[in-house]
Amino acid sequence: MTGGPKERKQVFTGIGVTAPNGLGTEAWWQATLAGVSGIGPVTRFDASKYPATLAGEVPGFDVKEHIPSRLIPQTDHMTRLALTAAAEALQDAAVDLEQLPQYAAGVVTAASAGGFEFGQRELEALWSKGGQHVSAYQSFAWFYAVNSGQISIRHGLRGPSGVLVTEQAGGLDAVAQARRQLRKGSLLMVTGGVDGSLCPWGWTAQLTSGRLSTSDDPARAYLPFGADAAGHVPGEGGAILLLEDAGAARERGARVYGELAGYAATFDPGPGRPGEPGLRRAAETALEQAGVTPDEVDVVFADGAGVPALDRLEAEAITKVFGAGGVPVTVPKTLTGRLAAGGASLDLAAALLSVRDAVIPPTADVGRLAEDCALDLVTAPRPRPVRTALVLARGYSGFNAAAVVTAAR
Amino acid sequence: MAEMTLAQLTVLLRECAGEEEGVNLDGDVLDVPFTELGYDSLAVLQTTGRIERDYGIRISDDAAAEAHTPRLLLDFINESLSAPAAG
Repeated sequence: MTGGPKERKQVFTGIGVTAPNGLGTEAWWQATLAGVSGIGPVTRFDASKYPATLAGEVPGFDVKEHIPSRLIPQTDHMTRLALTAAAEALQDAAVDLEQLPQYAAGVVTAASAGGFEFGQRELEALWSKGGQHVSAYQSFAWFYAVNSGQISIRHGLRGPSGVLVTEQAGGLDAVAQARRQLRKGSLLMVTGGVDGSLCPWGWTAQLTSGRLSTSDDPARAYLPFGADAAGHVPGEGGAILLLEDAGAARERGARVYGELAGYAATFDPGPGRPGEPGLRRAAETALEQAGVTPDEVDVVFADGAGVPALDRLEAEAITKVFGAGGVPVTVPKTLTGRLAAGGASLDLAAALLSVRDAVIPPTADVGRLAEDCALDLVTAPRPRPVRTALVLARGYSGFNAAAVVTAAR
Repeated sequence: MAEMTLAQLTVLLRECAGEEEGVNLDGDVLDVPFTELGYDSLAVLQTTGRIERDYGIRISDDAAAEAHTPRLLLDFINESLSAPAAG
């Protein structure tokens, strides 16, 4: 191997997906290219009396098919989805974990709420029946770090691990933390985010943001950059990715999806304080770190808040970096809803498969664009070579993150 | 109250903590340590908590920790069941 740790590259070698429009990477990707939406009325609980009634739910998930019996009593639904995605990513990477030194592989995932459905059930038992009725597994099943822990235990990944909690930005921030661990000497990291809190407690918490769409029409509820944008639809799922030291990946002959070439995180100015939001600076810093100029970027996966003021700010940031209509922009999360800590990881997966298949996945039909969002929004699959993609993400309360993925260089 | 049997215990273990792949709980497991059956201390705690509720007995943390096989746990439970009810 040449160069010191800081000159090493980090590459993606495995993808696992659980998404509202497809369980498993290929099912989701084909649905995404075909514009198939996973948004519909909430079925996981009775949401009919709440202001928001639509969600993106992962279809056809048979827990016994994917989760060992011992793990079923101790896991929230979203942890089961994360375990399923992690197993797929590891299998996809065809890595023999037994061959790695004991502490060379770790897990860093993103979370926004932890296992809320599990937690709600146990807190209800506590209040209505007493402490004797609370599951011993409540001690960890609802924690932010639970997905990292369960993935680590199941696969014997004993290296540096952790969890990032930055709402929607977490899906990128976790991957960046995994990169730091690779730079410090780890060889392989399981990372990304799978999230979801489709239960009354989680729903109520999300409603307080004031950003949930109250539309009951799945095709018209989440319209980022559209003239009729009025909030977003929440969803569950996300992607787990394998990020490896490029040298280690090469040595074992791994198939490489692409490189994590750049990343940056910024904060917005505090509430009521003047100044530009941090998204543009995050994008520019990530591009600079990747050593690519804006005209080399083939596609931007936008955050796509679906809230007019936030859409305008993102469109401004993109336009400042790339010029008016200067880059294709897509929001495939219009087909899944916003997946909290899982969303940006799923966008990373989409970016990597865009590189693989030379096609930009479409945004669902958002109707007429808002006047202040003059973007080249991709609304049908656009075949073209993709060598460089920029993924943007914003987390509630001021987090911004940007990541650049490139074809293996 | 009637004694708890191994069959009843394994039903509760399965319900509370699942069943490790490759382990046959219906086999001769009376003296097999819980750890070898795939159950960690939390799994045993979850199960003893359920037994406390269902049978109206108390199993102290120490007792649960010492009862590291199904036989030892059943002995403790059945001792408690045969003791005169308090108060």
